[in-house]
Amino acid sequence: MALNDITLGQYYPGDSAVHRLDPRVKILLLIALIVAIFLAGNLLAYVPVILFLGLVSSLSKVPVKMMLKGLKPLRFILILTFLLNLFFLQGETPLLNLGFAVITKEALITAVHYSLRLVLLVLASSLLTLTTPPITLTDGLERLLSPLRAIHFPAHEMAMMMSIALRFIPTLLEETDKIMKAQTARGADFESGNLIARAKAMVPLLVPLFVSSFRRAGDLAMAMEARCYHGGEGRTRLRVLKCGKLDYIACGCVALLIAAVVLCGKVY
Amino acid sequence: MAEPIIVADHVSFSYDDEGPQAVRDVSLTVQRGSFHAILGQNGSGKSTLAKLINGLYTPGAGKVTVCGMDTQDEKNTWEIRRRAGMVFQNPDNQLVATVVNEDVAFGLENIGVPTEEMPGRIEKALRDVGMLEFAGRAPHTLSGGQKQRVAIAGVLAMQPEAIIFDESTAMLDPQGRREVMAAVRRLNREQGITVLWITHFMEEAVECDQVHLMHEGQIVMSGTPKEIFADAAKLKPYRLDAPPMARLAQRLRSQGMPIRQGVLTVDEMAEEVARLCR
Repeated sequence: MALNDITLGQYYPGDSAVHRLDPRVKILLLIALIVAIFLAGNLLAYVPVILFLGLVSSLSKVPVKMMLKGLKPLRFILILTFLLNLFFLQGETPLLNLGFAVITKEALITAVHYSLRLVLLVLASSLLTLTTPPITLTDGLERLLSPLRAIHFPAHEMAMMMSIALRFIPTLLEETDKIMKAQTARGADFESGNLIARAKAMVPLLVPLFVSSFRRAGDLAMAMEARCYHGGEGRTRLRVLKCGKLDYIACGCVALLIAAVVLCGKVY
Repeated sequence: MAEPIIVADHVSFSYDDEGPQAVRDVSLTVQRGSFHAILGQNGSGKSTLAKLINGLYTPGAGKVTVCGMDTQDEKNTWEIRRRAGMVFQNPDNQLVATVVNEDVAFGLENIGVPTEEMPGRIEKALRDVGMLEFAGRAPHTLSGGQKQRVAIAGVLAMQPEAIIFDESTAMLDPQGRREVMAAVRRLNREQGITVLWITHFMEEAVECDQVHLMHEGQIVMSGTPKEIFADAAKLKPYRLDAPPMARLAQRLRSQGMPIRQGVLTVDEMAEEVARLCR
């Protein structure tokens, strides 16, 4: 099992307009987009949403395959949602009589409606994570949540923890690899046996990893203190987020989209 | 005489009240711009002493002053840590950010340097340690020596007057050790940054101004490298070996070759042998 060569999150590097948007704007627009998807009262109202997502994803130059990969873990839920709605919903116009169940037109529409909603929600969110590096996302979240400091919400601390976690994932993976090799050299077997045997085999891997993580944490805390870290107070930033023309255009587009969704819902 | 920048005055420290003292009655003066080395075996208290100077620990007895500021006084803590930066042993456990230049910025962000000033300072610090071309890289893609140089840049960007190196080469391969040593020497020589170099590698101490030998929490010997390493026998009780060239000189002397005292580096040895062959 090789653990090297990992990519963090699912960020797809690029320099498109979508990549360059302010992360705060992107997060807020995603929320607006989710609201729009829930506002869509009928299938017609999804048309502008699908068009919009298609436009944004082609702008971002993220391959469609990467986008669809986000749906894979959800395939069972999607199928289940579709089938449950299809078979168990009562309607007035029967389409097909299977003997044990009657499929109605209304049930089919609702089934498509709900599955499509799920698909669009996932696609919209993966557009955010695909075009924003995790560290920038963390930065954006910190800035967005910072007003909550007034009610003692630790926005800075959370962001700091996130970024340290991101920094140490590769380091810990490397270490896991090293410990695994060391234990394999001593006769440990990580790959055979049933689930329980394999879970048990993880113990000699996890214990040293845990111990060393705590030591690392102690070292890092000391090093941070030695570099004058004393929390978020009075801290300046190297990277300052700034909203530009691009961000206003994006906001305008999403506003138009919501209007279109609402209109389509009314017309039908 | 240069002004003293780090002064320890009869300092003692123990980790818990009943336990043994990790540092016992240590006095030390480091002048501005000098290069001091503290040598000692594991557990000799040298790392504890480093943390006492930086204000990470405060002495149980005695007094430590950095640039005239008492480490005991909490008001001074941040200013002391800015002026006397510290580079630690494990290169992996002291880099905080996911990108090199952001890591260098970490200290600057902490002390509230204005954003406009940061890029210039970061660039200069990275250039000074020869890591400018790696500014956009992730720390885990760098070698140990490179990571340590990034850590030095992180301290350097804060414009310190002294840097304390707490066994910063102990986990590096020979190549990495050479890189880091060279960078530190250059900083000391060209920018006049005071260096307190803590190590258990004898050969790293031969080219510094002053060597202090620590054993069981105490400074047992102080002097220039030539004075300290003149007699290998004197180092034995402290479980330390003289640097390789000093040992070679001793053996040659015992074979009847009149190698003069104070030969510590390969260059000096070469010169001395050439002189004798003439």
